[in-house]
This record gives sequence, structure tokens and C-alpha cells, in this order.
Amino acid sequence: MIRPPQIRSRLLPSTLAAVLMSPAALATGTSLPGGTLTVAMTVSDVPDWAGMPDQGFEGHRFVGYSLYEGLVAWDLSTSDQEVDIIPGLAEAWDIDPENPNRWIIDLREGVSFHDGCAWNAEAAVWNYQRLIDEDHPGFNPVDFARARSRTSTIAEVEPIDDMSFAIHTREVESLFPYNLVYVLMVSPCAYEAAGNDRAAYSQSPSGTGPYVFSRAVPGERLELLRNADYWNPDRIPQHERLVLLPMPEATTRAAALLSGQVDFIEAPSPDMIPALEGAGMTVVLNEYPHYWPYRLNVLDGPFADMRVRQAANYAINRDEMVALLNNTATPAFGAYTTNQRNFGDPYLFSYDPDKARALLEEAGCLPCDVTIGISPAGSGQMQPLPMNELMQAHLSAAGFNINFEVMDWNTMIGVFIRGAVAHPEYHAINFSSASMEPLSFVRSFMKKFQTPGGSNWGGYYHSEAEQLLAAALESFDPEEQDDLIRQAHELVVADASQIFVVSDLNPRAMAPHVQGFIQAQSWFQDMTPISVE
Amino acid sequence: MWLYIAKRVLYAIPIALGVSIICFSLVYLAPGDPIQSLIPPDASDEDIAAIRRLYGFDKPVVFQYFDWLARAVTGDLGTSLQSNRPVLNEVTRAFGNTLMIAVAAVIVAFVLATIFGTLAAFNLGKPVDKVATSISTLGVSIPNYWMGIVLVILFSVQWRLLPATGMGGDGSDGFSWFEWDQARYAILPMVTMAMIPLGVVTRSTRSAVADTLSQDYVQLLRAKGLGEGRVVLHALRNALPQMLAVMGLQLGYLIGGSILIETVFNWPGTGLVMSRAILTRDIPLLQGTILILALSFVAINLIVDLLQTLVDPRIKRS
Repeated sequence: MIRPPQIRSRLLPSTLAAVLMSPAALATGTSLPGGTLTVAMTVSDVPDWAGMPDQGFEGHRFVGYSLYEGLVAWDLSTSDQEVDIIPGLAEAWDIDPENPNRWIIDLREGVSFHDGCAWNAEAAVWNYQRLIDEDHPGFNPVDFARARSRTSTIAEVEPIDDMSFAIHTREVESLFPYNLVYVLMVSPCAYEAAGNDRAAYSQSPSGTGPYVFSRAVPGERLELLRNADYWNPDRIPQHERLVLLPMPEATTRAAALLSGQVDFIEAPSPDMIPALEGAGMTVVLNEYPHYWPYRLNVLDGPFADMRVRQAANYAINRDEMVALLNNTATPAFGAYTTNQRNFGDPYLFSYDPDKARALLEEAGCLPCDVTIGISPAGSGQMQPLPMNELMQAHLSAAGFNINFEVMDWNTMIGVFIRGAVAHPEYHAINFSSASMEPLSFVRSFMKKFQTPGGSNWGGYYHSEAEQLLAAALESFDPEEQDDLIRQAHELVVADASQIFVVSDLNPRAMAPHVQGFIQAQSWFQDMTPISVE
Repeated sequence: MWLYIAKRVLYAIPIALGVSIICFSLVYLAPGDPIQSLIPPDASDEDIAAIRRLYGFDKPVVFQYFDWLARAVTGDLGTSLQSNRPVLNEVTRAFGNTLMIAVAAVIVAFVLATIFGTLAAFNLGKPVDKVATSISTLGVSIPNYWMGIVLVILFSVQWRLLPATGMGGDGSDGFSWFEWDQARYAILPMVTMAMIPLGVVTRSTRSAVADTLSQDYVQLLRAKGLGEGRVVLHALRNALPQMLAVMGLQLGYLIGGSILIETVFNWPGTGLVMSRAILTRDIPLLQGTILILALSFVAINLIVDLLQTLVDPRIKRS
């Protein structure tokens, strides 16, 4: 057994950053800093700003969590700790002691929407009702679809008093609070004033977030202004204006930064990082809950045999993959990154092609023909083509005979959603994942969450892990939840449930005058502490 | 003439119908499903069915097509599945943005190609001809996305003379060719876009003018003592219909096929919109974009035909 390697990171010291973001100036009444922060995102369109955003987590990152908030928020204030949820528009949430299906939510006092509409139980119930009830006047299929994976287990919502309400789940779901962080609250007053018409509402959207809507040029740019009246003084933006530009091409983003057109870019390509650093730009990397795996079809075919799965994990030279990515990734040994609290102490598959070949021989699968579905691009897929070519080289050297089926990202999503039962032609698919919160791990490894209707693509099942995870879903003690999930993680890693390859370090680059950014260990980031000097 | 125009406009209707049917069929024949980009990856069968019903994808494809067609004839091209914005607004905005650089690129290319092609034709086999032919070959041979990246590296990153991306601080809302603060954003994409038509039209101009110069009447003009300047005008006028036909085709290609250039420069035109629609299976947006592009191609060909008639009355229209 080997220990996980030390993680290479170029972090902004979080303590220094914390000082930089200090709102002392606000407390003493001095004027707020000005400046415009222009960000080049990787998305091809401006994320939807009229409610639940599109464009995946990037939509939430830049638009959703800027204009709006959920009942629960992510704590993105540090770079050196795993990110977890904290109170947002709710100050507290507890399970009803007499009913394990009923969550009681106490709302934050003294908050109002940008348009002055009051934040209270009526507003919270209105927001949830419109996402689950087709007959609600604020219902819209767009928001319904985007929120569905976070609202599908809600049976009903009910007001309790002016500042508290209850959510009933269909079954006991102790991890339900992690769903609350994704569902964003819009102003009922603004929506109703727009005639409950989403398009009309998009002209003057209103949330409770640290930024207010300024203007948008559809498909081109979204401009937000500081919300100086934001309820949390620690998160009042340290710049006056935030401009968000969709820029899907990595070379274009790098050119825009180098030419001074933008201040901050997402995901520069690994090849560009030396040039950016050479030009004086700051490049920031950090671990976050991401892993790039081959999800295995364990229902049928070679990967139904644990020895073949183990052989594949031994066959991969993860360090070489990291080198290919110019050190913008770190080896992945499980569904959690090594610094996440639920990583535990699992068996770590080291690079051992001889052992891999011996296991294949023992399993009677040498050469071992496997067909793997891959995509040339996609959210979280990193640099899929060169990475898969290297995977092919490693696996072939150990005795696998790899046949890639290349499909575009949209098709790959379809293959994932329908699951391995509907797609037995694939022995594995390359589909990256995020174990951001306990719920996403549970949905990826419990049999009851086999796709469709979950994230367990290949029908994975481990009896002991299944029991542990089922117990975690029914436990309301966070420490016990973690303990159960950690044990389950150790089991599914030792069982080689997937081929775990690398975790992205999520590089970002910014101009030297951009100060105060703290790259949290998350898919989401807080832009508010950034000052533009 | 007006009858001819009316007939051509009527001809555009079956063309548009054919294009829409082909496009609709191709999108459905391609792997993938428009619903997939709307639902979360862990959606249950019930949720998928509900969302399919809410978006109208539960109806047979033929019904979906005729629903779309019935609305399209009233000018309603539907709503983008991804952005939830009206397709007509999305496409017209993008079309206008592309047209701004495409028309400018064609004008620049046409003027330069006329000069280079004419000089080459009057100096066949001489160094001037070789230079013009080399420019033409380079224009056609160099991949335009590569040219775009090189221009960005030189003019934006190294020398910081021109912006690298976008349409300026106000986006397309505030863009104008007549204000330098805005116009400078369009120069690099326009120059990149002009390279291929420059090459193609230079070659066709050279060959058309050279062909004209070999005609007997040109010998007669010279024998009558006409100056070379007047000869050039005569030669150009006779070569113009061919040049216009090539130019019209090039404009059509630029409007519809500039995905790479618009991606490099992040220029929010039809190329970017179409690539987004394809990748996300945004059928209404793809349908609307292709329909507008097809109609614009028909319109461009009509305009070229009419211009050819004006330039050379011998070209009779039935």
C-alpha cells in the first residue's frame, strides 16, 4: 500500500487573501473600491440570468451565485480546506424530530431582494412551489428542468410562520440539505410584476445576491454591479462592476488576457500556462472535487470481473498523465480527492503493468478486448483526446485491446443518462465526475441510483458499501454520515469500481492588477473579494 | 425586371421548405437528443418524460415539423431551447454581426482583387503577375483560423494595436464602423475573413481580364488609339459579370461558414450561434439559423443576377 503523493499547488495564501478581503473599510464607513473586473468564461453563451442558470456549474459559479442565493451556501472563503455548506438565506435547517421526512427551515432575517421585495417564508414557499407544481403561476419548464435533480424528492412545501417553512421529502433523505444549495431564489414580486413571464422578468431580474443586474447583450456579455446593500458585509464585492464574457476557445481567452482585454480567465490550456506566467500573469491552481475516470460497465463484459477492473487500475501511469497535462492535474485514486475528508485510507493502485497483465491472464482475458465511449470535448473532460490516447497506450501495454467509440458531448450525455443497460455496447465510458458533496458520491455508487434516475452508470454494486451508504442516507448525525461514507469509499476503491485516473487542478489566470482571489476547493468560486487595482 | 424579381422570390419558397425539411431530418438522424442538454444527468425516466412533454418533444417528428412551419410562416421561429430567447432575435442579431464583417471583407477583397487581378492580366508572366498570383495562392491556401491567431498574436498581444476578441465594450448593441473605438474590434476578423475571397477573386479576375484582353475588339480599341486606361475599363466591364458571380458566392460562404473565424475572434455571428446550436442540439435555433442563411444565399444570388444584368445588358432575364 502506498500513500497519496503530496499535491503540487500554487495557491494564493488564504490568510493573506483573507486580509485582503477584509471588510474593515466597510465597517469604518470608508468608500468602497471601484474598478471593473472582466472575466472570460469557457461557456459559449452568457449563462441564463433569469432564474436557474444553464451552462452547468459555470452558470451557477458566475451568474447564479452572483445574482441569487439558495437557502444554503458554499463556504468559499478559504483555499486550504474542503468546501462545505453554510447558512445562506436560511439560518438553520433541522429535521422534524417527529417526522424524518419533514425539514424545518428557519429563514434569515433582514434580507430583501434587489427590488425591495421581502425575503420571508411566503417568498421561499413561492420559489419552491413554482419548481414542483406545473399549475403554479410562476412555473416554467426551463427552471423546472434545470432544478429537477434537486427537487425531484420534494413532496410538498408548507409555510410555518413568517420566517420559517417546511419541506417534505418523499422518503428519508438525511443529505437533502445539499440539494438546497443549488436551488436559487428569485424575487416573487419581480416575477409577478413581469406577468410571470420569464422573458419579461429577464429584463430586470432580482435576487438577493452580492451583485445586481446592470445590463446584458444576449450571447455576448452580462454586466453586474456591486450590491452595496448586501446582507453579508463580508461579501460585498471589492470592485464596482463585474463583466462576464463567454469565450469558449482557450487560445482566444489567453489572447484576451495577454492583450489586456480581460482581467481573469477560466481554464487556460496547459500548454499556454508557461507563456502566461512568462508574461507576468498570475496562474492559480488548486484541488477541487473532480475526477476523470472510466466508468465501468460491471453488469456485463470484461469489467464484470473484479480482476480485470483491478488490472486496468494497475495499468495506468498516473504520473505520466499528470506530466502530459503540464502538472495541471493530480493523480486520482478514488472518487474523492486525497484531501477530502471522506477519502479515508483506501488501497491505492500504483503503476504496475506486470501485475495488470498477470491479473488479466488469471481472469482469462488476455488480450482483453474492451470498447470505451469517449468524447472529444465536454464539461470537466479536460483534454480528452490526448488523455485517452495515453490511456490507450498504457492499457494496451498491459494486455488490453482498446477500441474507442468517439461521440460528441451531447451524445455522451445521452449514453450516460440511459445507462449501461441501454448501452451494453460500451464496456466503459469516459465521463468525468464531481464528488462535491456526499450526495453525489452516494448517487454514483449505490445500486438504487443506477441510471436512469441516478449517476451509477455501470450498475455498480457492492453489498457492504450499499448497506453503509443506505445507513448514511438515514443518519442525521453528520459525523456518522461521514464515517459511513468514508468506509464505503474505501471499499469501492479497493474493488476497483472505476478506473480512477486524475483530478483536475482547475487552472485560472489573471492579470497582475487582480488581487484578493481565493481559489476555493470547489467547482464554485467567490468573486467578491477581488479588487482591481 | 419586377416580374423576374417576383419569380425569384417565389422560387425561394420551395428552396426554404426543402432546406427546412433536410435540416429537420438531419438533426433528428444525428445521434443525440435535444432533451439531453435540458435535463440533469441523473434525471429519472418520469422526469425525462415530463420535460419531453413540457417542451413538446413527445409529439411525432412530423407534427413537430409542421408546428414549427406553421409558426415560421408568421415570423415566429420559436424559442431557443438553451437560452430561452426568441430564435428570430438570436439569429437576426447574429446575422447582422456576421454581415458587418462579411460585407466589409468582401468589399476590401473585391477592390484589392480587382487591382491585383487586372495588374496580373496586363502583365502575364511578368514579376507583377507572379506577385499577384502568389498573393492569390496564399489567400486560398493559408487556413484562415491560423491566420487569425497569427494576427492576434502580432497586433493584439505583441503590439497591442488592436483588440483580440469581441465587439467592444457595448457588444453588438453599440457597434459602429464609423467610430474608431468600435470599428477597431472588427479589423482583424474582417482582414482574416477577406483572405480567401481575395485569393479566389484575384484568380478569377486575372483569368477573366486576360481572356477579355485576348478578344479581337480589344485589339481594335488599341488600334484605334485608345489609351490603356480606357482599355482597362473596357476589359473590366466585360470581366465584371464573372467577378460578381464569384464574389456573390464568396459572400454567401462567409455569411454561412465563418465558424472558425468567429470562434477565434469571439465574434458573435451566425457561425458561433450555429456551432452552439449544433453542439447542444438546439433544434429551433439551428432550424432558424439555417433557414435565414439559406434565404440570404438566395437573396445574394438574386442581387448578383440583377447586378450582372445592369453591368452587361446582353445577359437577358426571362
